[in-house]
Amino acid sequence: MRSRTFSRGLTALLLPALLATACVDEPGGGAGASGDEIKVGILHSLSGTMAISEVTVRDAELLAVEEINAKGGVLGKKLVPVTEDGASDWPTFAEKAQKLISQDKVATVFGGWTSASRKAMLPVFERNKALLWYPVQYEGLESSPYIFYTGATTNQQIVPALDYLAAQGKKKMFLVGSDYVFPRTANKIIKAYAAAKGIEVLGEEYTPLGHTEYSTLVNKIADAKPDAVFNTLNGDSNVAFFKQLRGSGITPQTTPVVSVSVAEEEVKGIGPENVAGHLVAWNYYQTTTTPANDAFVKAFKAKYGADKVTSDPMEAGYNAVYLWAEAVKKAGTTEVEAVRKAAGGITIEAPEGTTTIDGDNQHVAKTARIGLVQADGQIKEVWSSPGPIKPDPYLRSYDWAGGLS
Amino acid sequence: MTWGRISLVVCVVLLALAPLTLSPFRLGLLAKYLCFAIVAVGIALAWGQGGMLTLGQGVFFGLGGYAMAMYLKLEEAGSAGLPDFMVWSGVEELPALWKPFGNPVFALAAVVLVPGLVAFLLGLLVFRQRVRGAYFAILSQALAAAFVILLVGQQGLTGGTNGMTNFTGFFGLDLTDPNGQRAVYAIAALVLGVLFLVAKLLVRSRFGRLLVAVRDGEDRVRFLGYDPALVKTITFTVSAVMAGLAGALFVPVVGIISPAMLGIVPSLELLVGVAVGGRFVLAGAIAGAIAVNYAKTLFSEDFAEGWLYLQGGLFVLVLVFAPKGLAGVVESVRERFGRKPVEVTA
Repeated sequence: MRSRTFSRGLTALLLPALLATACVDEPGGGAGASGDEIKVGILHSLSGTMAISEVTVRDAELLAVEEINAKGGVLGKKLVPVTEDGASDWPTFAEKAQKLISQDKVATVFGGWTSASRKAMLPVFERNKALLWYPVQYEGLESSPYIFYTGATTNQQIVPALDYLAAQGKKKMFLVGSDYVFPRTANKIIKAYAAAKGIEVLGEEYTPLGHTEYSTLVNKIADAKPDAVFNTLNGDSNVAFFKQLRGSGITPQTTPVVSVSVAEEEVKGIGPENVAGHLVAWNYYQTTTTPANDAFVKAFKAKYGADKVTSDPMEAGYNAVYLWAEAVKKAGTTEVEAVRKAAGGITIEAPEGTTTIDGDNQHVAKTARIGLVQADGQIKEVWSSPGPIKPDPYLRSYDWAGGLS
Repeated sequence: MTWGRISLVVCVVLLALAPLTLSPFRLGLLAKYLCFAIVAVGIALAWGQGGMLTLGQGVFFGLGGYAMAMYLKLEEAGSAGLPDFMVWSGVEELPALWKPFGNPVFALAAVVLVPGLVAFLLGLLVFRQRVRGAYFAILSQALAAAFVILLVGQQGLTGGTNGMTNFTGFFGLDLTDPNGQRAVYAIAALVLGVLFLVAKLLVRSRFGRLLVAVRDGEDRVRFLGYDPALVKTITFTVSAVMAGLAGALFVPVVGIISPAMLGIVPSLELLVGVAVGGRFVLAGAIAGAIAVNYAKTLFSEDFAEGWLYLQGGLFVLVLVFAPKGLAGVVESVRERFGRKPVEVTA
């Protein structure tokens, strides 16, 4: 009789599952700064589509932790990283952030890459009054009191790139992006800029994340004949896009593509021959010449292999650990409110140059750099801002951006 | 009292004790597992009893979840405000589709009716055409893929890839407060209990026998004068409503709903839990869903790198050595060592 097996089936089945859940509830692992150790959380996607990018940032953050420990740690205590996998899945990021805060009781968390993961973690950090250091350039229009943004906001990357194109006499632009928040918001800003500066936007196209069929889009670009293409495609899509673009005969000489999500790591994946001659906009390149960068590149290759490259998000993650450590030293404690208060004005000599935390919006002053992709996969700087640009996530100091925020 | 009854009582007691013994974080995770268990009951009905391998339960889960999330977002934004994601997506006026979701009664009705209606219409179309087996599975999977693309593309309406997050209240409960979280857990446990009983009654009823008959010999049932398409459509609809309710509970429990939860892979993960637990036994499906998701948490916390291999390995082991799932193992152990089987083979 099937019916009887239903109540019977409950037996040994539900019990172990429930008991196990109950047993594992360890009573938390002490405060973040107990004894002679300080726990710090590292939360990136180690599996899923974002893993290829985020693993490199995690590596850079672990390198910074190791270096700080080698120099005696922070406040005389060793940093102990607790790594969790966000699995390229936004609810998982929120769950693991909560786990790091309430179970591991970490002093701070370094993590995230996509805007979606940051938006998912934001309420968790605000609710628990805990700190997140987010290392990737993003679309701006955000300033949470519990997040420090060590990547560029729009006025440190996209706006300088537009200024550069305008100065080169580019009057007609085509916008290409992956279909999610960063490209859509970025393009909103680009269109406002274009409208104010008399630049014509010939087209605006979005493709799903992971999309690999670009012949239609490339044809549209070929028909529109823009002076430049502004590319906010993310991840694998860039491989297909640049290959098909090259196949159609569009050259960097006639139609340069400016990318804001293609760094050294991605150039390696796309194949340098497909993207050489096109432009990128970041705040740091492996070729940036500062003493701190020589040391960073050398240490990274020594730890992870001579064939590894360093990129902007990796450097921003590496900086985040140092900036936090300096703020803790200044505050004399890992207590969140004290660290937040101490963080304003903290300056380090980072691989990208002098980097200072802005106390008002918890972003970082950064130098903008336009780079030209070389045939060997490295990026050569062709222009840089005169000095670090003050972060302005809501673009309040730009009159053309009035209606955006 | 039979052994089964006793264990049922023990499970209820354990679930009731959980809020007293678990930390709010762990309790939240358990509540999440219970949401997946609710979906599992529906899958066990459609797949285990009805033979419909549905790979797209994420769609119905999502419809329920988004209906709930829309209400909660509007509740938070107040009468004049716009939900936060609309502001940064450049939407200036509340879209017409959103307006009725400000009403809690409408939103709750939508949680049940929208997934139910979609499943009913789809079922009617598909099962009338006698689409079954692998073709139905592929169709349901394609539906999940299309649904995700639709959600991502309509950023101003749905929040795009980000989905919707940052919920603080749920019908007067404060979700940031441990007591509010305990209340949400209790609601999830209660809904699971009620739906489990409903499913059990359904399976035991005349309709349940008819459903199994359709699964095992659709044409014969048709020749007996029944309409198998209707039987399957009703079952599919019931399973979709369950997934919708689970999605609606998932929103206050986890605090976020996004397309990443609804695509092909998460839909398959829901199925894996049912397969591991045993799709022919409702309680087995529930236990499987809880166990698989618990294992996922455990593995990913202790082995941040490579936990997916452990998870996959577990699935392969169970399917190789126990094709009927863990419930099948319990049954065969019982047949060998326990009481004499009631059924006597002729």
